[in-house]
Amino acid sequence: MPKSGSTSKITRRSALAGLSASAALLAMPRIGRAADETIRIGFPTPLTGPFAAEARDQVKCAELAVKLVNDKGGIGGRKVELLVRDDKLNAGEAATRTLELIEKDKVHAVVGALSSAVQLAVNEVTRARGVIYVSISQSDTINEAKDFSKFTFHEALNPHMTTAAVARQTLKKGMKVAHLVADYAYGHEMLRGFKRAQAAIGADNVGEILHPFGAADYSTFMPRLMSMRPDVLCISNFGRDQANAIKQAVDFGVKQQMKIVVPVILHNQRLAVGPEVFEGVVGGANYYWGLEAQSKSAAAFNAAFKAANGGAIPTDYGAYGYSGVGSLLAAMQTAGGTDTDKVVDALEKLQYDLTKGPQHYRKCDHQSVQSVLVLESKKKSAMAGENDLFAILANEAGSDDMLRTCSELGHAT
Amino acid sequence: MDLSLIIMQLLSGIALGAVLVITALGLTIVFGMLGVVNFAHGALFMIGAYAGLYLASLTGSFWWGLLLAPILIGAFGMVIEFVLIRRLYGRSIDDPLLLTFGLSYILVEGVRIVFGSDGIPFPTPPQLIGVLDLGVGIFPRYRLFVIVLVAVVLLALWLTLEKTRIGLIVRAGARDPTIMQVLGVDIGRVWLAIFGLGVGLAALGGVLAGPMRSVNPEMGSLVLAEAFVVTVIGGLGSIVGAVVAGLMVGVSISLVALFAPEMATIVMFALMAVVLLIRPQGLFGVRGRTA
Repeated sequence: MPKSGSTSKITRRSALAGLSASAALLAMPRIGRAADETIRIGFPTPLTGPFAAEARDQVKCAELAVKLVNDKGGIGGRKVELLVRDDKLNAGEAATRTLELIEKDKVHAVVGALSSAVQLAVNEVTRARGVIYVSISQSDTINEAKDFSKFTFHEALNPHMTTAAVARQTLKKGMKVAHLVADYAYGHEMLRGFKRAQAAIGADNVGEILHPFGAADYSTFMPRLMSMRPDVLCISNFGRDQANAIKQAVDFGVKQQMKIVVPVILHNQRLAVGPEVFEGVVGGANYYWGLEAQSKSAAAFNAAFKAANGGAIPTDYGAYGYSGVGSLLAAMQTAGGTDTDKVVDALEKLQYDLTKGPQHYRKCDHQSVQSVLVLESKKKSAMAGENDLFAILANEAGSDDMLRTCSELGHAT
Repeated sequence: MDLSLIIMQLLSGIALGAVLVITALGLTIVFGMLGVVNFAHGALFMIGAYAGLYLASLTGSFWWGLLLAPILIGAFGMVIEFVLIRRLYGRSIDDPLLLTFGLSYILVEGVRIVFGSDGIPFPTPPQLIGVLDLGVGIFPRYRLFVIVLVAVVLLALWLTLEKTRIGLIVRAGARDPTIMQVLGVDIGRVWLAIFGLGVGLAALGGVLAGPMRSVNPEMGSLVLAEAFVVTVIGGLGSIVGAVVAGLMVGVSISLVALFAPEMATIVMFALMAVVLLIRPQGLFGVRGRTA
């Protein structure tokens, strides 16, 4: 992989350097914050573009978390308000919106962002302004010492966790693995995770192809992938790219030759292309509604979501909106308000179980330690109903063992 | 690098190019004959895919969708021409451009409201599912079908324009509408038909792309950019140009994907830049043409 994450990081940093400089000029004293009655949570998310389906689910779930707290009288008598902003899946746009949320709307914390590159931009702004940010998009670098700050919390799974869990279910020693990867931070991090996992298992890498982000046609990559003759094809991309890439791989007869595996199998994309295409595809997930058969908190979350959304079921990335905002509000409840240091302290000590079982933020890097699901897409004839999409192959309980160590991430131990 | 891989790669490029050709053709015909730069072309491509999907599920057969959607959306195109575009002939080129740009927003939002912004599955017709063993490798049946169908449509279009009386009127009307009117031809009807044809081709492109890509409200925006690149490379208004450039772009993307996959999207624009430097009017364009 010639152009790995390092180049994209340089562009992100240089792009933000100018932005933070102008931010410093605009910086105003924060007056009247303590006197405010409502608690405001900023929520940047890509409402437009190829991740829009996932983003809308996140908003619905975040609103549900806010509503449930408000229904119980808010936090210390203060109502909570969610300020949703469209980040257009663009790092610059996200940084600008986040800055506005902090400076103009005087939010008390920020939750959100759905693309790995965009969340890192949001993190740069919140870190510089000393505002708590709970990220709900997968990232490996946000927890590393250079991107980390005491205000940064990562509620989403990270590529290291999902790829390892998926690899354990699908790879065996001596298997040949090929990769089709979206050429941006998310893809690079997933590829890195898969390669690490396959090296540990003893599977061989036979090749990797980077595709442009947001491509509509993947047919031109298929002949070469097939000529590599792998046993497993790992497709590391997100949103609509996932649906299109899998669909076209299946058209080319890829599934007859090899198994298709994705780091994160997306509920909405499975719906967008249908059961025939996804049949047998295996991927990781933070949440699946079918977990309610084995988890009380999943059943309660599903019920609350259904009640608020006309009987619809919550999705994987939607659940992040709920647990991201939910954990933050729980910490504010404990801290008795919005004092940043107290809330950070409360988040570090928080034990929460909102959607699928126990979770907590690891102290050194603020990564949420949580269970990882591995799902397999069901064939049409095996579906009990239109929402019965996946079989749960594994539900790996959360533990520090599934994370890279604190010293590996560059934190003082 | 073995020969079979290169052949398969070329075939992928031709299949990709075939959709580009059919879409760019509609754009270039409307520009060449009416002088209208149709920015709603991508949105009409998307509407075509939705119409094809809707009609296919209504009738239970992909083939009815493939046949009826271009006709229906083509007729819708005629309504657009008659109600909106017609009033702007003879004005500067910006006016229809802005009008169609606005129209594309309305169409995309309309589809979002009716069908939602998530993608909808568009299953491959059962007869064309799977791959065909070509001896040198396997290739999706559906993509082979697209190549053949586009070839047939191109042949039919060429015969109509070159060998029939209607084709004669259309070609003459594009060159000198005033003389045609003097000769007693209702040029308004010719324009109506041409715009309908252009929109119908966009819709056909959309229906053909449906089973390959996910069907969603934004699917037209990328296609519009590609179609414009093809039209510019081939020469604005040139039918032969659209065909040659479409296939050229498809095959270039495909071959570049083989050696430098990260560059696959950029190659299209690089090709356009090179062509514009050497032949600013495009490969088959007429120098100094301003519609």
